[in-house]
Amino acid sequence: MSALTPRGYLATTARILRQLAGDHRSVAMILVAPSLIITLMYFMFSDVSEVPRPPGAPSPFNNACLIMLGVFPLIVMFLITSITMQRERVSGTLERILTTPLRRLDLLAAYGTAFSIAAAAQATLACVVSFWLLGLDTAGSPVWVVVIAIVNAVLGVGLGLLCSAFARTEFQAVQFMPLIIAPQLLLCGIIVPRALLPDWLQWISNVLPASYALEALQQVGAHPELTSIAVRDIAIVVGFAVLALGLAAATLRRRTP
Amino acid sequence: MRGGRVALDNVTVQVARGAITGLLGPSGCGKTTLLRSIVGTQIVAGGSVMVLGSPAGSPELRHRVGYVTQDPTIYPDLRVVDNVRYFAALSGTDTHDVDEAISAVGMDDHRKALATNLSGGQRTRVSLACALVAHPDLLVLDEPTVGLDPVLRVELWDRFDRLARSGTTLVVSSHVMDEADHCEDLLLMRDGRVLAHSTPARLREDTGCQSLEEAFLFIIRRGTAARTA
Repeated sequence: MSALTPRGYLATTARILRQLAGDHRSVAMILVAPSLIITLMYFMFSDVSEVPRPPGAPSPFNNACLIMLGVFPLIVMFLITSITMQRERVSGTLERILTTPLRRLDLLAAYGTAFSIAAAAQATLACVVSFWLLGLDTAGSPVWVVVIAIVNAVLGVGLGLLCSAFARTEFQAVQFMPLIIAPQLLLCGIIVPRALLPDWLQWISNVLPASYALEALQQVGAHPELTSIAVRDIAIVVGFAVLALGLAAATLRRRTP
Repeated sequence: MRGGRVALDNVTVQVARGAITGLLGPSGCGKTTLLRSIVGTQIVAGGSVMVLGSPAGSPELRHRVGYVTQDPTIYPDLRVVDNVRYFAALSGTDTHDVDEAISAVGMDDHRKALATNLSGGQRTRVSLACALVAHPDLLVLDEPTVGLDPVLRVELWDRFDRLARSGTTLVVSSHVMDEADHCEDLLLMRDGRVLAHSTPARLREDTGCQSLEEAFLFIIRRGTAARTA
């Protein structure tokens, strides 16, 4: 019985990846879109970067590029996961596979794994383009940038799985994106530094995972060694992802009225 | 209860092992709700459902019960063979069983086809193959022969017969009365109630009708007459 568990998990992971791989256009967009947009930003900032700035301050492109590397996996994986899972719920395949020996946690872990692999490929390509071709420069190791991007992707997967439970149609599932992601991006310190937000908004910002994800990226950008703040932030984002996956598991019911 | 209304009312039935039980009745009479209760995906508001000695939906039953929904539940963006392989992996059976299940539903020529490119009837067959591949002890089929060509329908019923003879219990719903003759046991349903639990032979004898369609009508009329009297 327990020997079957990894089989169900692996088979489901392979099945989800096979579905994704069959959709060539989506694969192309997942892989290439972030790199293209970061390239667009590179040219957008090309003249601004010549403007003199105080010594030691990062170039505006560096700043913006780091933010994009963190934000992209979150948005893309949230969208893909919430729609795929919503489809599985509506088509009846979810109900069907839950009548088989597959455990709910195996299913969620499979979704997490499959899309994280996709996210890792996306983040790696975006980082390679940013660091090698566009001259992104961080004080810390690029490896940590990739790691944080993947952790963000897992967070996106968790939030997407959770939100799919509250969407009756794919149309509704897409609408969750601005609702869940936009406030996190507004309050995470990209636009107005968190310290300058009104107190009550700072409190809200403190309980949103993207605030920590962005702070971790900024830490890696500014310090050669991995700071304790960055480690704490990464741990918090992982915690949020696990929490979202756990809550999502609670929404997967084998029995419905 | 389903969708806020009572779908099944005071239904007490026992289904024989190793036999085909046909569940017949008009659409909306509660066939699917009854099947879902047996599989364990339906929250039962009152009463109990025991399947193969365990409460319906228990973890130990997940290896032993196969369920084919009315609408084919397969992955449209996967090939036929990948769909069946996936369900084989979930239930822990071999690749050999995959080929056998695909042949059983007559889809050999379409093994490599994407499910989305198949016709409705073909998708139903793939959905059935995904259940057959697990070799369940109890096979619950919700209108499995809708939209199939007559030759294939006969072949499938032969297959169900063979499964039953080898010890599988089948519960098959249908609203096509001429399929009732393939079943050893018949449950006639209407408005969430079981009107009759009989065999095709006994039903003909009781009602004096030759066709089961007429027999069913006879029982409905008798039921309404008894209620108004």
